[in-house]
Amino acid sequence: MPLVGSGASWLRSWVVLLAMLALAAGLVGCSPANSSTGAATAPAEAIENKGSDTLVNLALAWAEQYMQIEPNVRISVTGGGSGTGIAALINGTVDIANASRDIKHEEIEAARRNGIEPVEHIVSLDAIAVIVNPGNPVDRLTLQQISDIYTGQVTNWRELGGEDRPIVLLSRESNSGTYVYFLEEVIRMGEESDLLFATDTLLMPSSEGIIEEVRQNPNAIGYDGLGYVTSHVKVVAVARSAEEPYVMPSADTVNDDSYPIARPLYMYTDEDPSERVQTYLDWILTEGQVAVDDLGFVPLSD
Amino acid sequence: MSESSLKNGDQPRVAFAVRLKQWGEFAVEAVIRLMGLSTIGIVILILSFLLYEGAPLFWQVPLGSLLDTRWYPTFGYYGILPLILGSLFVTFLALVLAVPLGVITAVFVREVAPAWARDILKPLIEVLAGIPSVVLGFFGMRYISPIVREALGAPTGLTALTGALVLGYMALPTLISVAEDALDAVPKTYRDAGLAMGASRWQTIWRVTVPAARPGIVTAIMLGMGRAIGETMAVMMVTGNAARMPIELDAVMKPVRTMTATIAAEMGEVAKGSVHYRTLFGIGIILFIITFLINLAAASVMFKKRAGGGLR
Repeated sequence: MPLVGSGASWLRSWVVLLAMLALAAGLVGCSPANSSTGAATAPAEAIENKGSDTLVNLALAWAEQYMQIEPNVRISVTGGGSGTGIAALINGTVDIANASRDIKHEEIEAARRNGIEPVEHIVSLDAIAVIVNPGNPVDRLTLQQISDIYTGQVTNWRELGGEDRPIVLLSRESNSGTYVYFLEEVIRMGEESDLLFATDTLLMPSSEGIIEEVRQNPNAIGYDGLGYVTSHVKVVAVARSAEEPYVMPSADTVNDDSYPIARPLYMYTDEDPSERVQTYLDWILTEGQVAVDDLGFVPLSD
Repeated sequence: MSESSLKNGDQPRVAFAVRLKQWGEFAVEAVIRLMGLSTIGIVILILSFLLYEGAPLFWQVPLGSLLDTRWYPTFGYYGILPLILGSLFVTFLALVLAVPLGVITAVFVREVAPAWARDILKPLIEVLAGIPSVVLGFFGMRYISPIVREALGAPTGLTALTGALVLGYMALPTLISVAEDALDAVPKTYRDAGLAMGASRWQTIWRVTVPAARPGIVTAIMLGMGRAIGETMAVMMVTGNAARMPIELDAVMKPVRTMTATIAAEMGEVAKGSVHYRTLFGIGIILFIITFLINLAAASVMFKKRAGGGLR
C-alpha cells in the first residue's frame, strides 16, 4: 500500500511537471508564431500596417473607418517607430509601413535583396508647431531665431524680448522623423551646413513628454506635431524672415505654404501591392483625408 | 501455497515499482539539471546575439570616434562617452542617496523596531519593489521635477538629480531587503557578547552587528547598483536625455543621457543593420559587461564570506 501511495504521488508530480513542460513549450512555440502572424495565417482580406508612432493614431482612425465601409477587410495597425515598420516591410511581414521620415538608402537595398521594391506614398502633411509656456511673453519667432535658439547661440529669453530666464531646449528623440526634419529645415534652414542641436537639448521620448515639460516650465521651448499640441501650451507664430509675416500653424496656412514648418508623412508599400492594399491606399488619399483634419494633421490639398 | 504464490507474484512487481521510482527520480533530476543549464544557455545565447549584432561596430567605426564626446547618431557622430558617463553618474548619485537611507532602514527594521512594526514594515518595503517603473517615472516627471526646478533654481527639473532620486527610490527595496537579511544572519551571540561587554545598544549595533553583516550589506549595495544602472523607463522620463558630458561641478543640476535610455529610445526608429543599429548593440555589450562586473563583485563578496567560514 505505501508503495502504491508513493507511486501515485510521484506520478502526480510527473503529471504536473509534464503539464509545466507542455505550457513552456506552448509559450516558446507561440512567440515566433506571433511575430509572423501576417503573411502565414491571416485570411486573404487582411492588411498588416505597422510603423511610425507619429502616424499611428491617424492610421488607426483610417483602419476603423475603412473596416466599417468594407467589413470583410481586416486591418491591424501597430506602432513601434518608422524603422520598425520599414524593417517589417523589408521582411515581408507587413503590407504597409508607416513612416515619418524618408526611407534610407540601406533600407531600400535590403528590401531589394528580399525582392521588394519599396514605393513611397505621401498620405498627409504634418505641421510642426513651436511651443512655449503660456506664461512666456514671447509669441513670435523667425526661423533664424529658432535656429539660433536650438544651436545654443541664444540662451536667454531676454534676447528675444522675453523675461530674464535661461532657455531650456526640448526636442523629440534623435532618430524620430520629426527631429531630422526640424534639424534640416529649421536649424539648418534647408541649407547644407554642419549645424547641430546644442548638446544641452533635452531629448524627450514622447510628444506627451514635451507638452508636459513646456506646460510646467516657463523656461522651455519645444516643437511638436500640431496634432499633439494641447491648450496647456502656447503656439508661437513663425516667419520665414523678419520682413515676412508671422503665421500660426493650421491646415490652411500649411496648404497655402505661408507656414514654413510642415513635412509629409509617408506610407511605404511594395511597388506591386495586392489589390486590397491598393484600394485601401486609394481610399486614404481621397475619402480618408477627412479623418486627417479631425486628428490635427493637415490633409493633402487636391 | 497461496502465501508463497502471492510472494512470488509480488517480487517482480515490487522490483518494477522500485525501478520505476528510480527511473522517475533520474528523469526529474535530469529535467531539473536541464532547466538549470538552460539558464546558462540563455545567457550565452543573449551574449552571442549581442556580439553578433554589435561586434561589427568595432571595425566599422574607429575606436577614436566611439570615444568622442558627441552623440548625434543620425548624423554620423557615434561618441558613446557621454552615455557611459551619464549612466555611471546617475547610478553613483542614486547610490549616494539610497545607501545611507537603505542601510539605516534595514538596521531600524531588524535591530530597533518592535516586532509588530517589523511585521508591517517588511511587507510594505517589498510592495515598493512592485511599483512599475513607468509609474515612478511619471510621478518623477509630474511631481519631483517641478520641485527640483523650483527649489534648486535649475533651468529645468529634468536633471541627473531627478533621475537619481527616482532611481535611488527604486534601488531601496532591494537594498533594504538584502541588507536586512544580512543583519538577520548575524548570530544572536554577537549581540549578547557586545551587550555583556558593557556596550550600549547603539554601540552594539554600529560596532558589532553592522560590521559583522558587512559582506551582506556590500552585496545589497551591489544588487541595488545593478538595479539602478539597468533601469530604463523611469530614467528616460526624468533625466532629460541630453547627451552631454556630466563633468562640470553643477552637472547634478543638468540633464544627462544614460545608455539604457539611449537604446530604448532609438531602437524603434533605427534602420536595421546600419552603423547606428550596431552602435546601439555595442552600447548593449558595454552595459552587459558593466552589470556582469557588478554581479561578479557582489558574488565574490558572498563567496569570500562563505570561504571564510564565518560572517566576516
